[in-house]
Amino acid sequence: MKVNMKAPYTKSYRVEVGSAEGRSVFGLSGDFSISNLSAFTSEIDARIRAIRPAFLTMDFSAIRYLDSAAALAFLTIKKREAQNGVDCAFVHLSNEAERIFSVIPEAALAQPPLKPQTERHNVLIQIGQSSVHIARDLMAFITFIGELIAAAVYTIRHPASLRWKDVLFYMHRAGVDGLPIVALIGLLTGLIIAFMSFLQLKQIGANIYVPALVSFAMVKELGPLMTAILVAGRSGSAYAAEIGTMVVNEEVDALMTMGFNPIRFLAMPKVLATILVVPILTIYSDFFGILGGLIIGVTSLDLTVTTYVTQSVKTIKVFDVVTSLIKASVFAALIAAIGCQKGFQVRAGAQDVGKFTTSAVVTAIFMIVLTDSIFAIMFYYIK
Amino acid sequence: MDTDIITVENLTARFGTNIVFEEVSFNVRKGEILVIVGESGCGKSTLLKMMIGLNRPVAGQIRFQGADIFSSGEQILGAYRKSIGVLFQSSALLGSMTLRENIELPLGEYTDLSPEEIDRIIKMKLGMVNLAGYDHHYPSELSGGMKKRAGIARAMALDPQVLFFDELSAGLDPVTAVELDDLILKTNSALGTSMVIVTHELESIYKIAHRVLMLDKQARGIIAEGHPRELKERSTDPRVTNFFRRQKPEASF
Ligand SMILES: Nc1ncnc2c1ncn2[C@@H]1O[C@H](COP(=O)(O)OP(=O)(O)OP(=O)(O)O)[C@@H](O)[C@H]1O
Ligand SMILES: [Mg+2]
Repeated sequence: MKVNMKAPYTKSYRVEVGSAEGRSVFGLSGDFSISNLSAFTSEIDARIRAIRPAFLTMDFSAIRYLDSAAALAFLTIKKREAQNGVDCAFVHLSNEAERIFSVIPEAALAQPPLKPQTERHNVLIQIGQSSVHIARDLMAFITFIGELIAAAVYTIRHPASLRWKDVLFYMHRAGVDGLPIVALIGLLTGLIIAFMSFLQLKQIGANIYVPALVSFAMVKELGPLMTAILVAGRSGSAYAAEIGTMVVNEEVDALMTMGFNPIRFLAMPKVLATILVVPILTIYSDFFGILGGLIIGVTSLDLTVTTYVTQSVKTIKVFDVVTSLIKASVFAALIAAIGCQKGFQVRAGAQDVGKFTTSAVVTAIFMIVLTDSIFAIMFYYIK
Repeated sequence: MDTDIITVENLTARFGTNIVFEEVSFNVRKGEILVIVGESGCGKSTLLKMMIGLNRPVAGQIRFQGADIFSSGEQILGAYRKSIGVLFQSSALLGSMTLRENIELPLGEYTDLSPEEIDRIIKMKLGMVNLAGYDHHYPSELSGGMKKRAGIARAMALDPQVLFFDELSAGLDPVTAVELDDLILKTNSALGTSMVIVTHELESIYKIAHRVLMLDKQARGIIAEGHPRELKERSTDPRVTNFFRRQKPEASF
């Protein structure tokens, strides 16, 4: 039985080989475009290889459709054959075909890429350059902190100049919206510490110290630290992306030409809202951490709720709570300031926004851990 | 010289080693529409950024009411900024605010008008740019042409003496561009606002420009100045005539 094999596609062009006046003639007909480019170029190449003409004429008279990619392909074949000593000519070009050939910028094809302003250097120079960049970044950050302090002083003297509506908005964003995740992470942290210390302490029968350990660790270190890291990820990044996008959209330029100070207008509300909200989040985190410990204490340690709570509360001193809140405020200021400053560093384009948003989070977490260690030493000596 | 509102003197712009233009001097007259043209990369945006007080020039002065806006202290710069309005290429409306809040920004900051008066002014400005009723729309809910008009409404909020436009009709369809031209002519003739406009649209230039300045990249400065028709008919400089006599469909493809 004969199967009617349909061709996968109908060939839309033909190359007929003939000869006239001592030249080989390729009669081209049909459509030549980017969609059948590889097919017709390989066919023409094969024909040329087969007959090795010294004089070749390509007859365009029957071409129905030609696009710039196909025209470029013909031109490339012509140039290549010229190098092989073949005299190749195009004849009977229609007006449209002439026009298409005329827009192919031959000079541009030969143009090597211009050297961009930023040159690639060897490793030593690159190291030097990145050191300069780091120093410049640091300078920029210190300058920004200075401007922020000036803006804060101005705000204290002219409280009406602050956009309180924005402050409330960002308090809601950073604080209220952040509560569930801060509570959850706090709870899990408390659970983990309680569980880990219980595994160790039960060997020496010191279960009773688990509540103290959990509350001590939560209030002094983990509460502020975990909260700050979460806020850096949630809000620090959002500040950088938001301000960065505004820079790209010329919104910051527009504010400046309207006479607004962008730091006062955009950064101040965010910084203030974050400073107000992070200590509260920290208390939340402490509370849920202790709650997590309590769950382990009551279910696996045979402690009553009352014993657990009294043991927890006994360990925490007012000094610890106060220092923890001071720490939280400083972390908050750092997160917001870094987020905003990275946003203002954006120059152009979506890529920059992404880059500086990432950098805002990484820098903020680094600074948080660094300040935390400084605080640890400081509070040790103050006590 | 009391008809000049802004005087630019010997202005030089440089990025690293790349000198964009050198020693450029001209002035903006009261009530005129001054159009700045020139090939891509010749420094029109750079010049405009300096004229609106955003970028400091390497050398030279921009004087407003006799004082250089960059070297006479914050007060002069602040006063200058209150007297100008700027329409950015991307309109630059604050995305987190409604049109009303955008226009309210400068009004609330620089005036002590009552909320009712501010409200009336906002309604008037929106009406002037044919956006009556769009008070509570966010910029993202508007078309490109509407955003431009809203940007003009905001730029005109304080009835500035000079309005600046970068790439006036870039990205707009011809009909919207014509509407924008009409709006500019109307504002100029009714309020006497001076305008400094960067645009490439020949049709628009012939229609609105009182005077054209042509910058050139190679010459690093101004190569022609005058009324567009005059430049078209009288100029002998091929760089100028090429620009003004270019065919309507700019190229054949
Ligand atoms: N931030 C920058 N850093 C370095 N060079 C810049 C910067 N901005 C502009 N330039 C350079 O300055 C020159 C003028 O740029 P500008 O944007 O002012 O041109 P333009 O006349 O507005 O062009 P177009 O019509 O394309 O908008 C260009 O050579 C450009 O490379
Ligand atoms: Mg420009």
